[in-house]
Amino acid sequence: MQIEEKKPLIAAFCCNWCSYAGADLAGNNRLNYPDNVKIIRVPCSCRVDPTFILRAFQRGADGVLICGCHPGDCHYTTGNYYTRRRMTLLFSMLEYLGIEKERTRVEWVSAAEGAKFAQTVNEFTAAVSALGENRRLEDLRCKE
Amino acid sequence: MQRINRSELIKAAAKLIESGEADRVLGWKKGEFDYDVTPYVFNSIDEIEKDFVWGDFCGANFSKYLIKETAKSDKKVAVFLKPCDTYSFNQLLIEHRFEREKVCVIGVSCSGMADIRKIKDTAGEGIAKIEEQDGYLNVFTLYDGIVKIDSKDALAERCLCCTKRCVVYDELLGDGENKADNDRFAKVEELEELTEEQRYAFWKSELSKCIRCNACRDVCPACTCEKCVFDDPRSVLENKAAANEFEEKLYHIIRAFHVAGRCTDCGECSRVCPQNIPLHLLNRKFIKDINAFYGQYQAGEKAGQRAPLVDYTTEDREP
Ligand code: SF4
Ligand code: SF4
Ligand code: SF4
Repeated sequence: MQIEEKKPLIAAFCCNWCSYAGADLAGNNRLNYPDNVKIIRVPCSCRVDPTFILRAFQRGADGVLICGCHPGDCHYTTGNYYTRRRMTLLFSMLEYLGIEKERTRVEWVSAAEGAKFAQTVNEFTAAVSALGENRRLEDLRCKE
Repeated sequence: MQRINRSELIKAAAKLIESGEADRVLGWKKGEFDYDVTPYVFNSIDEIEKDFVWGDFCGANFSKYLIKETAKSDKKVAVFLKPCDTYSFNQLLIEHRFEREKVCVIGVSCSGMADIRKIKDTAGEGIAKIEEQDGYLNVFTLYDGIVKIDSKDALAERCLCCTKRCVVYDELLGDGENKADNDRFAKVEELEELTEEQRYAFWKSELSKCIRCNACRDVCPACTCEKCVFDDPRSVLENKAAANEFEEKLYHIIRAFHVAGRCTDCGECSRVCPQNIPLHLLNRKFIKDINAFYGQYQAGEKAGQRAPLVDYTTEDREP
């Protein structure tokens, strides 16, 4: 019997207008990226409440990726500028709590950047694989 | 020892009541022990003269109480605010939580508050009475007689690095300024220097002490949401039981994030935590990052300022 190596579970929040279309393009162009990435479509990267990210980690994700339109290109004009501040602070806090910073990432991917999407996901998956499973954020408080 | 006397506070409050400017006063009332002073609404000068206290255990910040208190009547309510409390007051005004016109603020200069936990660490349990004399606290204990503690060694964490001043008041007692020279970010920096494993171990040991009493949220002047994510409407133990497993586990990070950019570093959360969890180290991390990434910012310092998390520039750094 062959034992399969456990792949890391990645949650990727993609904004409807740019990055989700970018991911779609990657598929249309038959670009390879790992199947352990679960894409969650959101209207705007700004819709991603920090609790969504924590929730994903707590439910077993090993890495969380947030993709949105390039700054300046937001469908709603300014949404991703707020995302940028929010995620900067949240990621810094997670690092402060002892969570590896390679487990979180923000990447700006436009609808035309299918190749960038595939490459980002490949790189990110490799980085998260190297860290192994996420145990720390599953239960920071470690209650019995 | 406080640099302003109790009698001066009473005089200021009595003046407002006598002139009819305010009809009640939010102040500190003596409790069962010298150190368990409680917030109270005084309705008459007699009541104030009898039960009002001002001393080293008046840590309670009344800003948040004003939301409910101002809604009770059209008359003005007078309130005592220490320098740190005035920032919370301003922040609540910025968030439109009550009307400025319904409050008379008496700003009170403060010499720092004592932390009863520090006193208990030295003097033990069974404290019957605490008296201040020439920079020392005489702690009368049931088992070990009188224990003498330098007042400086009993100062609360937030007072050790307080550089706050009364930023809003109608009347000011004293100069209303504090100039402690300790760096409030020192401990945060110390943690940042550690390895990931060490930091994780530190937070795990601290946060796993939490009993989820929600006191830190209930006391926080930035936590004024009418419906909080941490309330479970189905729970019979109102507000106390965790809404679900998720929030139970990540409570502290979520709460710190909710108040990021609005937290004035008033220190109330750490003060009330029965488990003595250093919650200020979470808040100060956000404050430190905000200062470093988006420019110096002190929540509650100026009326009408825009909080960093509801603002942006096109040149902001990448996460
Ligand atoms: S989080 Fe703590 S320090 Fe910050 S405003 Fe709330 S009670 Fe004060
Ligand atoms: S924890 Fe969050 S939702 Fe609850 S009162 Fe505080 S800011 Fe509001
Ligand atoms: S006050 Fe302390 S013990 Fe209570 S919920 Fe907050 S952190 Fe937990």
